[in-house]
Amino acid sequence: MAKILRVLREQPGIRLAGLMAPGAFWLSVFFLVPLLIMAWISFLSRDPLGFPTPPLTLQNYWEIIRDIRFAPSISLADGLAIRLFEGLYLELFWRSIWLSLLSTVITLLIAFPVALFMARLPPRYRNLALFLVMIPFWTNFLVRTYALQFMLRSNGPINTLLRALGLEPIELLFTPTAVMLGLVYGNLPFMILPLYTSLEKFDWTMIEAAHDLGADTLRAFQRVMLPLISPGLLAGSILTFVPAIGAYITVELMGGGRTNMIGYAIAQQFSASVNWPFGSAMSLLMMIIVTFAAVLYFRSGRGEYRNAI
Amino acid sequence: MASDVVLLGERSEIKPRPRKESRGIGLGRFALVTITFFTFAFLYVPIAVLIAFSFNSARTGATWQSFSLQWYERVFSNTRILEAAANSLIVAALATVGSVVIGTLMAIAMERYQFRAKLAWDALLYLPVIIPEIVMGISLLIFFAAINLSRGIVTLVISHIAFCMPFVYLTMRARLADFDRSLEEAAQDLGADEWTTFRRITLPLLMPGIISSALLAFTLSLDDFVISFFVTGVGSQTLPVYIWGQIRRGITPEINAISTLMLLLSIVLVVVAQLIQRRQRA
Amino acid sequence: MPEAGALSEFAVELRDVSKVFGDIVAVDHVSMGIRHNEFFALLGPSGCGKTTSLRIIAGFERPTSGEVYIDNKPMGNTPPFQRNVNTVFQSYALFPHMTVEQNISFGLEMKGVSKAEIARRVGEVLELVRLPHMAKRYPRQMSGGQQQRVALARALVNRPKVLLLDEPLGALDAKLRKEMQIELKTLQREVGITFIFVTHDQEEALSMSDRIAVFSKGKVLQIGTPLEIYERPTSRFVADFIGETNFLTGRVTQVDGEFAQITTNGGATFRGRAMPGVRAGIEATLSVRPEKVQLVEQPDDSVNCYEVVVRSIAYVGSDTRVVVMLGENRIDVWEQNTISTLDPNYFFKPGERAWLTFKPENALVLAE
Repeated sequence: MAKILRVLREQPGIRLAGLMAPGAFWLSVFFLVPLLIMAWISFLSRDPLGFPTPPLTLQNYWEIIRDIRFAPSISLADGLAIRLFEGLYLELFWRSIWLSLLSTVITLLIAFPVALFMARLPPRYRNLALFLVMIPFWTNFLVRTYALQFMLRSNGPINTLLRALGLEPIELLFTPTAVMLGLVYGNLPFMILPLYTSLEKFDWTMIEAAHDLGADTLRAFQRVMLPLISPGLLAGSILTFVPAIGAYITVELMGGGRTNMIGYAIAQQFSASVNWPFGSAMSLLMMIIVTFAAVLYFRSGRGEYRNAI
Repeated sequence: MASDVVLLGERSEIKPRPRKESRGIGLGRFALVTITFFTFAFLYVPIAVLIAFSFNSARTGATWQSFSLQWYERVFSNTRILEAAANSLIVAALATVGSVVIGTLMAIAMERYQFRAKLAWDALLYLPVIIPEIVMGISLLIFFAAINLSRGIVTLVISHIAFCMPFVYLTMRARLADFDRSLEEAAQDLGADEWTTFRRITLPLLMPGIISSALLAFTLSLDDFVISFFVTGVGSQTLPVYIWGQIRRGITPEINAISTLMLLLSIVLVVVAQLIQRRQRA
Repeated sequence: MPEAGALSEFAVELRDVSKVFGDIVAVDHVSMGIRHNEFFALLGPSGCGKTTSLRIIAGFERPTSGEVYIDNKPMGNTPPFQRNVNTVFQSYALFPHMTVEQNISFGLEMKGVSKAEIARRVGEVLELVRLPHMAKRYPRQMSGGQQQRVALARALVNRPKVLLLDEPLGALDAKLRKEMQIELKTLQREVGITFIFVTHDQEEALSMSDRIAVFSKGKVLQIGTPLEIYERPTSRFVADFIGETNFLTGRVTQVDGEFAQITTNGGATFRGRAMPGVRAGIEATLSVRPEKVQLVEQPDDSVNCYEVVVRSIAYVGSDTRVVVMLGENRIDVWEQNTISTLDPNYFFKPGERAWLTFKPENALVLAE
């Protein structure tokens, strides 16, 4: 034992290697390598069964962009969609980004007043409110989405209630709006918690100081509060945006697969209609989008993520 | 005008709040209360309804018949459910142990040593946290196919360690950043060698962090559906994967009962986590 | 046969020790010997290398070059837990998960001392630091001053050869600090252990130490008793850092024996003690402390007598602090208030003329 300790003491390199090795191994072999293989497959052709096979090709990426037409349009029906281009897969990407962004903004608009209210509660009630947010935060996402779907089913409690009141039942599921509702419902706790963490630390005398120096409420918010809570705001936005764009459960349960999004479409390439190379290409593109969003997050300073959990 | 006076020192105490603002707070407060109330209602009503209907004797739909525990009885007599639950627990336990050990060691290395490529590792450790689960799921599916490893408990555990470890790492890294290293120096100064110092000082002081990251890893593993869905095999279904299959097949009231039980588990975990945090603060 | 260690004059000796962190030289060829049972202060501004030197003695840092001797034995790669020294940390570093008793027992436990012996010695040392009823408390339940004593007790209970103290009073408020200074000094005499004490507070160093090593930028500039350091600083830095002083720069015109003559840039000529390295013709600095300068109404025939203009006056009770201008040079003068009077015209007024004077043996000519 003493001998081992002596070697470790005198060789910081060995010490470091010992500490890093298991994690470095796991992360490289079971995270990085799979991603690299996926990236490699995205440049391969598909065999008749949909599995990857040589030769190398750009076909999978061409597939995504080949049928683009410039056709700007705004539609209020399809989950408030603003389109610039038409084309099957481009539309898919665009719709996913759009729905994710929109759901992030809606989630933020709901979460901010809630977090603000919580942060200003007296400590005893604050802990209770925090507890009430923590429960959905830690509860299985699938179970929660299922609970929402159960409520909204054509023969679910809401429609049963409507029927009992002599009203016409309404179809609440399987629309873009339902998907949006599911995303907001699922991600709300992930937005409230980091926002609350930032707001709780906020020193309210600074707002008074801003007022004192002549700033009105809007400007005090803009110039003093916003910069100071931006870490929580960005953490919450990332925690909402990323699961939204990769959503699979919500798209299936709330949209019935009818409002397609990238995450769901990728899963399809590996289950229902097998085409691994094409699915890999879409995955890689989605990763690039998400990484872009993440870079924004990192550039805004240290992630507040740790505090959120 | 009061707002033009720049306040200094004790003056600020006698300054009355500007009228406009106090009115704004009254109205704003009402809006905040209302929004918060409806948000919590939005979050909890579906869960409450689900729990309520898990005690409904009716097989289909949402009409209340009578109180019954039959779905819970069914859950506990359904071997497939019990197997899936056992799988989930085994995977979660192994993933927790694995990710806590690996993640903690890595956090120590990253917090306490300077070396080349440290920044690259740091970025790589963040990546699993931010990339969508679906990407990780399919890349692992491809990987296990490529190395010809048949899917089952082993692939599940490997994958769960891979996605839990960065969360453990981030939690432990934050705890280590707050760790006062002079405590370890003091122990050595008093005659404790490195191993004794680790055992008597470092480990006990890191324990709350280790427990809360273990709870986090356990919950993440237990909750995971998307990644498990792609790396699970026949006969090694986890509970969420089983639930998914049942939901897609149609309404089975058993799912309400399982969901209620899982919810109960989450509440227990939150309470435990809160208690640990409170004890730590005291 | 006596042990090799017993022959040495020094409890701790640093021979040509350097420590480099990256491209920063924290400790730069430091050599010094700390005698047995001495209260020795390492004094300097923050970042001067004093704490690093202490950490090298404790074994927390390895010197890049040079060697540390404790009891005449070279320390080499000896880890901290095998050195017969103990440290009182600036943050106290009390183990938060252990009671006071457990904290203090820790070192003895590591040495394998028997339970009964541990209990006896812990009780003894708690008496020594006057905390006998606090054994079962946790550190967080105690005040800063009490924590400080526990840290002391935890180190002293091991009866180390040398006690290392890293700014141990830094976290205490001014009043408690003063009390602890006296207490620490008394304690050191009682236990008869060598204390090496790091501080940035010159008053603390002067009042407590037997000898002081003044650090600047990783180097030891001077080692000496408080008297030597204050009255005979060998460098401009030491003169400036310890106490207050006036500097006048100029050229040395003459050196005769113990004294040197310097002509300032303003044309005035002063005499003072020639410090090492002073030669005729070099650029040098005259240093004279404010309390050693007098203001008089009429010139006398002494050498260092020049007419000045009074710029400002501050009455601080025990003395009156005057700023006068000698041409372009500002000079501070502290006149002790030896007469009790309410007469407002007793002293000079700003704008008035006066003559300053000081004895050559009270001023120093420094070769810098």
